[in-house]
Amino acid sequence: MSAGNGRELRIVGFLCNWCSYGGADTAGVSRLGQPTDLRIIRLPCTGRMDPLFMFKALLSGADGVLVSGCHPRDCHYSEGNFYARRRLELAKRLLPTLGFDSGRFEYTWVSASEGKRWQQVVTAFTEQIHTLGPGPKFSH
Amino acid sequence: MKIGVFVCHCGSNIAGTVDVAGVAQAAKNFPEVAFATDLLYSCSEPGQEAIVQAVQEHDLDGVVVAACTPRMHEPTFRRAVERAGLNRYMFEMANIREHCSWVGKDKDANTRKASDLVLQAVEKLRFDRPLQAKSFDINKRVLVVGGGVAGIQAALDCADGGLEVVLLEKTSTIGGKMAKLDKTFPTVDCSSCILGPKMVDVSMHPNITLYAYAELESVEGYVGNFEVSVKKKATYVDWDKCTGCGLCMEKCPSKKAYDAFNEGIAPTRAINIPFPQAIPKRAVIDPTYCRQFIKGKCGVCAKVCPTEAIDYEMQDSFVQEKVGAVITATGYDLFDYRKYGEYGGGRYPDVITSMQYERLLNASGPTGGHIQRPSDGREPKKVVFIQCVGSRDKSVDRPYCSGFCCMYTAKQTILTKDHIPDSQSYVFYMDIRAPGKMYDEFTRRAMEEYGAQYIRGRVSQVYPYKDSLIVRGVDTLLGSQVEIEADLVVLAVGAEASRGASELAEKLRISYDAYGFYMESHPKLRPVETNTAGVYLAGACQGSKDIPASVGQGSAAAAKVLALFSKDQLESDPQVALVSQARCVGCGKCVQTCPFGAIQLAEDRAGNPKAEVIETVCQGCGLCTVTCPQSAIQLQHFTDNQILAEVNALCQQAMEESFES
Ligand SMILES: Cc1cc2nc3c(=O)[nH]c(=O)nc-3n(C[C@H](O)[C@H](O)[C@H](O)COP(=O)(O)OP(=O)(O)OC[C@H]3O[C@@H](n4cnc5c(N)ncnc54)[C@H](O)[C@@H]3O)c2cc1C
Ligand code: SF4
Ligand code: SF4
Repeated sequence: MSAGNGRELRIVGFLCNWCSYGGADTAGVSRLGQPTDLRIIRLPCTGRMDPLFMFKALLSGADGVLVSGCHPRDCHYSEGNFYARRRLELAKRLLPTLGFDSGRFEYTWVSASEGKRWQQVVTAFTEQIHTLGPGPKFSH
Repeated sequence: MKIGVFVCHCGSNIAGTVDVAGVAQAAKNFPEVAFATDLLYSCSEPGQEAIVQAVQEHDLDGVVVAACTPRMHEPTFRRAVERAGLNRYMFEMANIREHCSWVGKDKDANTRKASDLVLQAVEKLRFDRPLQAKSFDINKRVLVVGGGVAGIQAALDCADGGLEVVLLEKTSTIGGKMAKLDKTFPTVDCSSCILGPKMVDVSMHPNITLYAYAELESVEGYVGNFEVSVKKKATYVDWDKCTGCGLCMEKCPSKKAYDAFNEGIAPTRAINIPFPQAIPKRAVIDPTYCRQFIKGKCGVCAKVCPTEAIDYEMQDSFVQEKVGAVITATGYDLFDYRKYGEYGGGRYPDVITSMQYERLLNASGPTGGHIQRPSDGREPKKVVFIQCVGSRDKSVDRPYCSGFCCMYTAKQTILTKDHIPDSQSYVFYMDIRAPGKMYDEFTRRAMEEYGAQYIRGRVSQVYPYKDSLIVRGVDTLLGSQVEIEADLVVLAVGAEASRGASELAEKLRISYDAYGFYMESHPKLRPVETNTAGVYLAGACQGSKDIPASVGQGSAAAAKVLALFSKDQLESDPQVALVSQARCVGCGKCVQTCPFGAIQLAEDRAGNPKAEVIETVCQGCGLCTVTCPQSAIQLQHFTDNQILAEVNALCQQAMEESFES
């Protein structure tokens, strides 16, 4: 299932606990195979997703960043994902200014029941990152 | 800090595709890790004991367990570290099963990933602080939404357990679908004889407040302290005065109103009481048919009503209720039979739904229990039943099995024979699903004792021929075409989520699946709980199910609420926002952002405004943390430092590798 035959790239995922983290669990329980590049950080809500985490990840060497939460209107905390959507959309537009292809960052909505959808999201995003290749690296 | 790492084999679930011992070995070199080992089943009794012992022997300050998803066993391990004498929040989990061993095929890649995830957890743990839960008072009242058999059972069990119950029903009577049924499988006992007394109990119970013809407008608050607004829709009849005598209904000149209770097989009056055993037995005016509303004059019901209950000016009204828990029991709705054009539903009057057929069988239905064809009132001799209409069919986006149609179809063939002894029933089916107690025996009885002819195959077309209908299909067992001349065709329509289910879920902040059925917290182990504390599920709203299962869930949900309310106080989750007084400049941005009103501005000793979090109200979403321009408000256990530590842990590795290569 490896997207780029050969070396893995580093993809960091930020997932809300209630929907997408559960969706990724559902995919696991159903043994829906996925590329192995992604590492997931659990957040209570995408409303906790500070766009700085994304910038920080890319600047520290991640090749791609994926954020996923509950579908709009279905947020466990009522409206966290609406805030996330506004913040992340803005952040995505800033990426080229910082020298990153905006395709290195995506946000999406996957519910806890959508294991199949999670598998598709991970596979497609991993492919996208492999197409872009390794991200720019800045040594500290 | 001294950290212990425990890497779980989970039998072969993890160890099959991850080098578990290798991960534990690698963990020994992670920062502040004082002890690392692998365990066969860390959640088992010996597994937990090993963790407790290691904490005590090695004097650990924090524990990482790399195993399954924290959504499964985080509470289990938190209790274990607590037994070992640590604060339960000095604990992190790395999900190396659902997110790793079960989805990756390559053992080397999985092993690298697992050890990354362990490092990530270790780095987060280094910033964990002990947290203490606070206690808060709870309101021991429960709201039940939906008055079908599941909601009725839940309401009665809670009320018998001593709780005050508020029961909300959208239509003008409780009873749900079961109130429409004639007899019930698998015993063929009369539906209203077993449901009726329960409905009466609801109306008589001193602990139950019933709002019929009402809907949930809004919900605020959290487990233990919800505030709900109930919309009482205008009935145009003052229910305090109405005695349910039915005189208005007799005299109403508008006789063509749609009768939802009878599934539209016969009209009703613009003012009506749906059926004689309705609870509450009160009249409602349907303004789409009422002449007073359409033409501005009539007033017959107002004239005949002996108690002067009619009020054409009535408006919707709202009542506020405070409850500590909510049970949703909003049931299901039926698939629209017109979607299969080839069956002719909606086009040919003698093609009807199974629920319409129940009303024809029912002695209190519009035909007095005589089976009559809608077209000409003739008694049908040949009845064809088509199963799986809107079930197990991807082409209509209904891939799931509705579960009860095989059984009710068998029941309906039995009742058909009882009503019309010289009749013959034919059933087109895909598979017969009868897995309950006495269920298979029941379907066999339909075939063997009552002579129903079962034909395995699909129907391709139904079309009129003289004054009957030709049903054309295949018999896949015989491999031949079949054509039956039928007097009546009954479509076994499947279940779908009740209309408005998703809007209600959004108000209650619970999840639903792709079809609108509510999601339980765990498909096996927490079937009536949701992921929102204090909100429970019962009956077909969670997925199609029959009466025994719905009643079982009603009781189960009630038991959960009674257990929740067995204490006077609940413990709040301490993973809440915390304000640094030194950093806060009192701008109030967090106050505006918090969806729960959990932050207020208060003055410090010098008179400066400072944000203050009400710990028992904060739900721990972290919206405020991202909003604060000063980084002054931090969601504990998910602080900026912790998340950045995780980011670093994951990226550092990648950086090193990329510069090596
Ligand atoms: C033709 C047919 C025959 C059947 N025969 C049998 C049988 O013989 N034996 C058997 O075991 N099962 C039978 N069933 C299945 C049975 O109908 C269900 O198992 C049962 O009705 C489920 O109960 P419930 O309370 O979950 O849902 P429902 O009966 O659907 O009740 C839900 C209630 O909630 C109300 N509601 C919905 N939304 C809201 C809202 N937003 N706010 C407030 N109230 C709301 C509805 O008005 C309704 O009163 C049959 C089903 C069909 C279609
Ligand atoms: S974390 Fe912040 S925004 Fe979220 S509920 Fe608590 S105080 Fe409100
Ligand atoms: S947003 Fe930050 S600085 Fe402003 S009031 Fe809230 S905690 Fe204080």
